[in-house]
Amino acid sequence: MIIWIQKAIGFAALITLAALGELLTEKSGGLNLGTPGTMCVGAATGFIAAFRYCQAVEEPSVIIILILTLLVSFLSAMLIGLIYSFFTVTLRINQNVVGLVLTIFGCGLAEFLSIYFVQSSSGNVRCDPANRVFTALIPWVSEKLGVVSDLLFSYGFMLYVTIAIAVGMHLVFNKTRIGLNLRAVGESPATADAAGINVSRYKYAASCIGSGITGLAGVYCVMEFKSGAWATADISTIQAFGWMAVALVIFAVWKPLNLLWGSLVFGICYWAYQYLPGMLGIKVSTDLAQMLPYIITIIVLIIVSLGKKKENLGPASLGMTYFREER
Amino acid sequence: MKNSKIAHEPLFHITKRPPMSKLSAFSVRIGAFFAALILSALFVLITIGIDPWTFIKTMIKGAFGVPGAEKADSFSAFWSIFSKDSYFWITLKTACKLLLIAVALAPAFKMRFWNIGAEGQLLAGGMGAAFLMFNYGTLPVYILLPLMLIVSIVCGAVWAVIPAVFKAKFNTNETLFTLMMNYIAMKIVDYFYNLWRGPMSALGMINPSTNAGWLRSIWSGKEAAWFRNEDLIFMFIIILITVLMYLYLRFTKQGYEIAVVGDSQNTAKYAGISVNKVMLRTMAISGAICGLCGFLCVSSQSHTITSTLGNGYGFTAIIVAWLSKFNTFVMVGVSILIVALENGSMLMANTYGDLGFSPASAKIIVGVMLLLIIGCEFFINYKLAFRSRAAKKEEVTE
Repeated sequence: MIIWIQKAIGFAALITLAALGELLTEKSGGLNLGTPGTMCVGAATGFIAAFRYCQAVEEPSVIIILILTLLVSFLSAMLIGLIYSFFTVTLRINQNVVGLVLTIFGCGLAEFLSIYFVQSSSGNVRCDPANRVFTALIPWVSEKLGVVSDLLFSYGFMLYVTIAIAVGMHLVFNKTRIGLNLRAVGESPATADAAGINVSRYKYAASCIGSGITGLAGVYCVMEFKSGAWATADISTIQAFGWMAVALVIFAVWKPLNLLWGSLVFGICYWAYQYLPGMLGIKVSTDLAQMLPYIITIIVLIIVSLGKKKENLGPASLGMTYFREER
Repeated sequence: MKNSKIAHEPLFHITKRPPMSKLSAFSVRIGAFFAALILSALFVLITIGIDPWTFIKTMIKGAFGVPGAEKADSFSAFWSIFSKDSYFWITLKTACKLLLIAVALAPAFKMRFWNIGAEGQLLAGGMGAAFLMFNYGTLPVYILLPLMLIVSIVCGAVWAVIPAVFKAKFNTNETLFTLMMNYIAMKIVDYFYNLWRGPMSALGMINPSTNAGWLRSIWSGKEAAWFRNEDLIFMFIIILITVLMYLYLRFTKQGYEIAVVGDSQNTAKYAGISVNKVMLRTMAISGAICGLCGFLCVSSQSHTITSTLGNGYGFTAIIVAWLSKFNTFVMVGVSILIVALENGSMLMANTYGDLGFSPASAKIIVGVMLLLIIGCEFFINYKLAFRSRAAKKEEVTE
C-alpha cells in the first residue's frame, strides 16, 4: 500500500508539473495541444545536455549538472512555446491545428536530437550522475521519520519544486495584478484589450513560460521516473503523459492547487493495475486497468459541465483566436 | 512627448483581407510549400551533408517511384509504377486512408465540432470488424462481410455519438472528450490483442489460412486478375465516399444545416434548426465513416488489429481537413502531398540511415512542411499594412 502511494506521488508530481505549464497557457486562453511534443523536446534536450556534460568532464559538478539540465530543457521547450504563440497569437491560426502539428514536430525533433547527439537508435543510454542529483534525498527527514519519511520525503527535489510552483501560481493568479490581467485576457480578450492590457504580450509570456515548465516535466520524467535512462522508445510514453497532463488541467477545473490532489488520483489510478488486483485478490487485465485515468477524466469533464457554476468552466475564450478588428 | 508617441506607433498593423482570388491563394500555398522544401533541403544538407538535388530526387522517388529502378523513361517502366509494391502505389493507398478520415471529419469540423477522436473511432470500427473475424470466421462469406461492415460502422458511430450526446445535453468540452475516447479505444484494442495472441509474441494476421473476413474472400476466382485487387476496391470505396460527401455538404438540406450551425448556433435556432439533432446526426455520420475506414483497413489491408491501426492519421487528418477548408476534393491533393512527404522522407531514412538520417528526421521534415503551410494561411486571410513614411512625417509636423 505504501509503495503504491509512493509511486503514485512520484507519478503525480511529474504530471502536475506538465499540467502546471499547460494551465498557465490555458489561463491566457490558449489550448496548447502541443504539450506532449513540448515535453518530449524538454526531455530530450535536458538529457542530452546532462549526458554530453558528464561525458566531457571527469568529475561532473552537481550544481552545473543541475543548472545545465534544467536551463537547457526550459529554454528549448520555451522555443516550442514561442512557435506556438507566434502561430496562434500573431498569425491567428487555429490553436488545435497548431498544437497537433507541434506534437508531431516536437516528438520528431526529440527523437532526431537524441539520435544525433547521443548516437543510439536503440537501447538505453544512462546518465547516472544526473540521476543521482535528481533522486538525492533530504539528509535527515528522509530516513528517521518512519512512514512519514517514506510517504513524504522519499523523493527527489523536483517534487518540492513542483509544489512550490503550484502554490506560487495560485498566489500569482489570485493575489497579484499580473494574475488578474492574465485571467482577464483568458476570459475576455476584447475587454482586457479595452482596459489597456497588452493581450498579445500576456499570451506570449504565458505560453512561453508555460511551455518551459512543461519541458521541465519532460526532463523530470527522464531523470527520476525513468531513473536517468533514455531511449527513443520513451518518447511515446512521454507523449501519453503529455495527454494525461492536458486532461488533468480539466480535471482540476483550472485551479493550480487542485492539480496537486487531482494528479494524486491520476497517479493512484495509473499504478492501480499493479497493486489493486493483488490487494483485492482479483485478476484484472493490465490494459483495462490502464483505461482508468481516461475514464475518470471523462467523468470529471461531464461533472464539471453539469455543474453550471461559471468559475468551473475554465477560461471563457479558451481555444479561440483573438483578432481586435473582428466583431 | 511627441517622440514617445511615435515610438508607440506599431511598425505595422494587421487587417483582414477581402477574400483572395483562388489563384493567388493557391500560389501563396505553393510558395509556402517550396519555402518549406528549401528549408528541409538545408536541414538535410547541414545535418547529414546530402546535397539538395539528391535529397529532392530521393524524396520524389520515395513518393512516386519504383524500388530499384534507376530510370523510369521506358513505357514498361512507366506501367510498373502501378505494380503492387511500387512506392507510387503505396503512396496512393496510404493517401486514400488519410483522405477517408479527413472526409469523415469534414462535416464535424464544418459544424465547428472539434472531433479529434477520429483515431479512436477508427479503432472502434476496426475492433468490431476484427472481433467478428476472429470469433465467427466460420460464417459464410456473404453473411460475415456485410455483418463486419455494419458492426464497424455502428461501433464507429457509437464512439463518436457518446461525446456528441454530452456536448448536446450539457455542453461538455468535445475536444478533450473525444481525445480521451481515443485512449480508451486504444486500451480496448490492446486488451483484445493481448488476449488473442495468448503466449505468442505477436498476433499476426487473423484467419491466414481460410481468409475468412478478408475482403478478398468475396472473389470466386473467375474474375479477371486485375479486378481481384483488394487495394483497388479499397480506393474505389474511398473515392466514392469522397464524392458523396462533397455532394452531401454542398447540395443537401442537411449539409446546409451543418453550415448554418457551424457559422452561428443562434441563427440556426432562429431558423428553426434543431442544433442538437444536427450535432448528433453529423457526429454519427462522422464516426460511421471513421468506423468504415477501420473496417476497410482491417479487412482489406492489415487483416489484423493493433492499436496502431490508425498510424496517427486520426490526428494528421485533422490538419488535412482544416487545410482543405472542408472541401473534400482539395483533401485529395493535401492527403497525397502529406503522404508523399512521409514516404519520400522514409526512403531518405532507409537509404541514408547510416549517415544519420533517421525516421525521426522524416518526422521533422513533415512537421516543418505542415507548420509553413498552415502558417501561410495568415497571408491569405490577413494583410500587413506597414506604417508609411508619409504618415510618420505628418505626425512629426503635427
